[in-house]
Amino acid sequence: MQKTGLQRFLKKRPSIWQSKYAFFWFLLPSLAGVTVFVLVPFLDVVRRSFVTAVTQEWTGLRNYQIVFANQAFRLAVKNTVRFTFVCLPLLIGIGLFLSVQLSRLKEMQLIKSMFLFPLAMPAATVVLIWKMLFSRQGFLNGILLKTGFVEDGLLPDYMGTGAAFWVLVFSYIWKNLGYTIVLWLAGIFSVSADLTEAAKVDGATERQCFWRVIFPNLKGSLYTITVLSFLNSFKVFREAYLVAGSYPHESMYLLQHLFNNWFVNLELDKMAAAAVCVGMLLFAAILFLQRLWDHEEHI
Amino acid sequence: MMRKTIQKAAVKTALFLLGAVFCAPVLFLLSGSVMSRYELTENLRSLMTDGETLITWSFFPLYPTFEHYGRILFQTPQFFTVFWNSMKIVFCILAGQFVIAVPAAWAFAVYPFRFRKWLFTLYIVLMLMPFQVTMLSSYLVLDGLAIMDTHRAVILPAVFSTFPVFLVYRGFCDLPRGLIEAARIDGAGEWMIFVKLGLPLASGGILSAAVLGFLEYWSLIEQPLAFLEDQSLWPLSLYLPEISLEQVGYSFVASVITLIPAIFVFLSGREYLEQGIVASGLKE
Repeated sequence: MQKTGLQRFLKKRPSIWQSKYAFFWFLLPSLAGVTVFVLVPFLDVVRRSFVTAVTQEWTGLRNYQIVFANQAFRLAVKNTVRFTFVCLPLLIGIGLFLSVQLSRLKEMQLIKSMFLFPLAMPAATVVLIWKMLFSRQGFLNGILLKTGFVEDGLLPDYMGTGAAFWVLVFSYIWKNLGYTIVLWLAGIFSVSADLTEAAKVDGATERQCFWRVIFPNLKGSLYTITVLSFLNSFKVFREAYLVAGSYPHESMYLLQHLFNNWFVNLELDKMAAAAVCVGMLLFAAILFLQRLWDHEEHI
Repeated sequence: MMRKTIQKAAVKTALFLLGAVFCAPVLFLLSGSVMSRYELTENLRSLMTDGETLITWSFFPLYPTFEHYGRILFQTPQFFTVFWNSMKIVFCILAGQFVIAVPAAWAFAVYPFRFRKWLFTLYIVLMLMPFQVTMLSSYLVLDGLAIMDTHRAVILPAVFSTFPVFLVYRGFCDLPRGLIEAARIDGAGEWMIFVKLGLPLASGGILSAAVLGFLEYWSLIEQPLAFLEDQSLWPLSLYLPEISLEQVGYSFVASVITLIPAIFVFLSGREYLEQGIVASGLKE
C-alpha cells in the first residue's frame, strides 16, 4: 500500500533541521550579533549615563542635567530639529510634484535614473564641488553676480554664514530626491489604472484625477518616505563634516557634530546621557509612526 | 490640443534639464581630472588663497593632460593602500551580511514563531537608529574585544546591520507557502528547503541589498572616522578630503577613481537598486 506523504513525513527521525524550532538556527547568527553589538552594550551606555566618566561613581541624574543645560547641546538640538522640519516637507513635496510630472512621460525611466545618480556619488567626491560652488569665490556667487542679485564686494561665503544651513538643505535634497521619486512613482503606479480610467471617462481632469483618485491611496507611500527621509537626514553629517570640519558655522552645528566631538574628547558620560535621550525619543517616535501606519493599513 | 503638446514638451525639457543639473558634478570632476596643474591653479587660485576674485572653469580644458592620473596610479602607493582598504571593507561587509542576514530574513518570512512581530519591530527600530546613537555602544564593545583601530571594528558592526534583513525578507515573502509544504512532505529538511527553494527565489532581494549596501559602504565616513586611528587603515572616503587644495589635481583624479566602482555598480544594478528602495518600504 502506498504510504501517504504525511505518513512518510511522520516516520522520519527529527533532526534540528526538521523540528519546528529550525527557525532558531536561521535566526541565531543575526540575533547573536545584534545582541552582542547593540543591545547589551546599550545597557552599559544606560549605566554610564548615571555615573561619572572617569571614576565611575554614581551621580544619578546629574549627567542628564548637565546635558540639558549645555549650550552646545541646545544649539545642536535646535539645528537638527530645524533641519528635519525644513528638509522633510521640502523633499517629500518636491519629490511628489516631480513624480507626478514624470509619471506622465515616456522618458520616465531615463530621467528617474538621472535623479538617482547622486546616490551613487560618495560624499567625499562631492565635497570639492560644493566648495567650488558655495565658497566666497565660488560659482554660485558668479551666477548671482552676472544676474545682478549681488554686488561686487559684498559676496557672501555661504559656508561661513547662516546660509550654511541652506547649503546643507540643498545637499540633502540633491542626494535624496532620486529615491524619493522612486518611492512616489511606485505608489502612484500601484493605484489601479482602472480607477483613473473610470474617472477620466466620467470627465475628470488630470488634476482632479490626481487629487481625488490617486492621492488618497498614497498614504502608505507617504509614511514610508517620511520615515526613510528622516533616517537619511542624519547622514547629511557626512557632507557637513567633510566640508566644514568638526566645528562648523553655528547654523550648521548638528547633534551629530556634538556627539562626534564628545566622543573625540572622551566625554563619555555626557555622550551616554544624550545617547539615551535621543535613542529613547527616536524609539518612541518610530513606534508611534508604526502604530499610526498599521492603523491606516487596517482601515 | 497644440497648447497641450507645447506644455508637455516644456515639462519634459525642464525635467531633463533638472536631471542634467543633478548629474553635473560628475562633469566637473571629469574635466578637472584632466586639467593640467597650471590650468587648475589658474582657475582655482582664488579659492586656494582665499582671494577676492571669482574662480573660473572651462569644461574643455585648454591643455588636457593625464599627468595627475599617472602620478596617482604610478607614484602614489598610499592611494592603492587606501583603495584596497575600501574594497576589503566593502566586500567583507557584504559577504558577512549575506551569511548573517539572509537566514534571518528566511526565519522571519517562513516561520510564525512566538516573538516574531515583537522582534521584527525591534529590527526596524535598530535599522532606523542613526549611527551617533549607537556609536558609544559600538565603541564599548569594540574596545572590550580589543579590535579598535582594525578593519574588524568597521566590518563587524556593519555585518550585523538589520537593514539587509528587510530587503531580503520581502523577496522571501513572495515564496508560495504550498511549495514549502510540498517539499516538507517529500521529506526535505528545513536547510534543504532554504538552500534549494529559498535562495534562488530571493536572489532579487539579495542583489538589491548588495547594490544598496555597496553604495552605502563605499562612501562610509562616520565609522572609520570614529574607530580607525591609523591612517594607513583608512578607506578611500576618508583619504579624499585629506588632499590639500594645492594638490587639487590629485583630488579630482582620486574622486573620479572613487566614483568608477560606485557608478559601475549603480549602472549595472539600477534595476535592483530600485527594487531595493521600494522593498525597503517597511510594509510587512
